[in-house]
Amino acid sequence: MEKKITVADVAAALDLKVLSGEKGLDRMVTGGYVSDLLSDVMGHADAGQLWMTLQTHKNVMAIASLKDLAAILLVNGNQPEEDTARQSDLEGIPILGSSLEAFEITGKVYEHLKKNAIIQR
Amino acid sequence: MKIRQIAEILDARVLCGSDKMDYSIEVAFASDLMSDVLTLKNDHVLLITGLANTQTIRTAEMSDIQCVVFARNKIVTEDMLELARQNEIVVLQCRYSLFRTCGLLYGAGVKPVF
Amino acid sequence: MKPELPLHLEFNIEGGNFTRAGFASSEIKKVLKQLDVDMAIIKRTVVASYEAEVNVVAHAYSGTMYVDIDGQTIRIALVDEGPGIPDIEAAMREGFSTASVSVREMGFGAGMGLPNIKKNADQLDLSSEVGKGTQVVITLGLGLK
Repeated sequence: MEKKITVADVAAALDLKVLSGEKGLDRMVTGGYVSDLLSDVMGHADAGQLWMTLQTHKNVMAIASLKDLAAILLVNGNQPEEDTARQSDLEGIPILGSSLEAFEITGKVYEHLKKNAIIQR
Repeated sequence: MKIRQIAEILDARVLCGSDKMDYSIEVAFASDLMSDVLTLKNDHVLLITGLANTQTIRTAEMSDIQCVVFARNKIVTEDMLELARQNEIVVLQCRYSLFRTCGLLYGAGVKPVF
Repeated sequence: MKPELPLHLEFNIEGGNFTRAGFASSEIKKVLKQLDVDMAIIKRTVVASYEAEVNVVAHAYSGTMYVDIDGQTIRIALVDEGPGIPDIEAAMREGFSTASVSVREMGFGAGMGLPNIKKNADQLDLSSEVGKGTQVVITLGLGLK
């Protein structure tokens, strides 16, 4: 049986803050993607992925929406800019936050998804 | 952890610095923003990045970073390698995404900075 | 062999040419190593000068870096011809950026450059004239005996 895990599950398990877009917390997470280069995410991220970045400007929401990503996870204590948060609320794509650096929080997200058989190895 | 072990975990290609595989790495940092990398105070840092241009190597040079991992088979040019050789920086290239690269190394016990 | 002090160096910086950005800072690093400056001070110096160099490449049309090293300090002055900075206070704020999308995709332009320079330099002096250019002066003590 295919396992299912939501943005809310990941947020709760890894003690992440929900910074905006609460109504999208039931979106399914199918994997993760790490990049601070918007063109890279545009070109290579897949629908349903949780995107870890330190970029906070509004363009990240445009990309999350276009690529149908599960949620954005801002690393290193970054906060979304005001219009980024507004767009996140509007589209129902959550922005989560962690005080940890990208490497560490990515490691934890990876382990969590692996434990729940969302990703292999 | 030795660079050799990191290369094995990532099934990475060693593009330059194969004589320095016994160097030890203490911590890893993942970012595509070089200004972010330039804020690091740590020594013996492994930089994991998807940004592949000469500025990635320049940043490693200024920050005394000894090893750079380019994820997702990013193309590394001869200019970049020449600069890396001049500064004795080991360059690894792996086919995994940045996400998986971080996941595998974190799982293997590589520590974050701070 | 140790370079003789005082030492003066000059480098041209080409606006828009990201391939060469960092060349001047790299030369500074070599000289400071030859002078046996403490590694931590070298790192602070070259991180500051490199960010300043990238700023000229990212924002200006052209510029010159003047480096002066005496027995005590290094003074790095970057004088550019470019659009200038209309609001220096805003530019110093972390996260504030006017960088183009292409500069952001080069790994810079996230509004961290000037704050980074300030954190690493002992002193940072910034003056600018809109439509003409910007002058950045970075000073650090070298801790030499």
